[in-house]
Amino acid sequence: MADRSEFAEQAMPYSSALYAAALRMTRNAAEAEDLVQETYLRAFRGFGGFQEGTNLKAWLYRILTNTYINIYRAKKRRPEQTDLEDVEDLYLYRRLGGLEAAAAGRSAEDELLDFFTEAEVVTAVEELPEQFRIAVLLADVEGFSYKEIAEILDIPIGTVMSRLHRGRKALQKKLYRFASARGLVDPVVAVMDGEPVHQR
Amino acid sequence: MADDEIDCDRALIELYEFLDGELTIERRERIELHLHGCQHCFASYDFEQELRFVVRSRLQMEVPPSLIERITRLLEHEARYIDQPGQG
Repeated sequence: MADRSEFAEQAMPYSSALYAAALRMTRNAAEAEDLVQETYLRAFRGFGGFQEGTNLKAWLYRILTNTYINIYRAKKRRPEQTDLEDVEDLYLYRRLGGLEAAAAGRSAEDELLDFFTEAEVVTAVEELPEQFRIAVLLADVEGFSYKEIAEILDIPIGTVMSRLHRGRKALQKKLYRFASARGLVDPVVAVMDGEPVHQR
Repeated sequence: MADDEIDCDRALIELYEFLDGELTIERRERIELHLHGCQHCFASYDFEQELRFVVRSRLQMEVPPSLIERITRLLEHEARYIDQPGQG
């Protein structure tokens, strides 16, 4: 059994990560703050039942996700979209990979960072339907394993994998819109856009 | 065993599990072997990994200090209430 007097010391280091996740879930700064506060309050009250030595970060994310689903999502009038169109594999690589490789003298990470601003990545992620958005955030931003995500969301591992697969591809398609709007598109691919292209 | 052979199609199917660190060591090594010999698959894996780095770094946030203060005060109040019900 965990000692409540140690709660703040152990749990507060995750506040920035929880806040970032809450912001992407609620898409609203004031709601994100309330969500994080409510998460900490619920976690504090339940800390006596937390098994010490198990995964505190995953436990906090489970509370965050459940609180979000129970309180904030219930307030929304519009039902969440639950399906996604099919997007081909390597969607973005087939359109931007050539440009990225052509950038000499700089690291590829720097080059890709230049393709997408913070606002664009935020918009693309926030446009994903909720169930895909949360899975992608937990895996790609927080680095949780499939098993941890399955436990946080209370869904089978196969469902985690399929949400990640489809969510990531949909994210790439949304990101491509921004690159395309800025003219950052390989002309050879642009002509053939919409068709699967094997570049090299 | 046909299933053990890593060709470009197989490498593509296992891309996310590879990047997610979800493959067994043996499976991982087989994919790495293919990537060393296949420039196209190597470049696509590399691109996906970098893209993930970009998404992750663009979504980092610092929690507002005022929120930390709010939560700290709330938990202190809650602790008093739990220890001495009715007097917090």
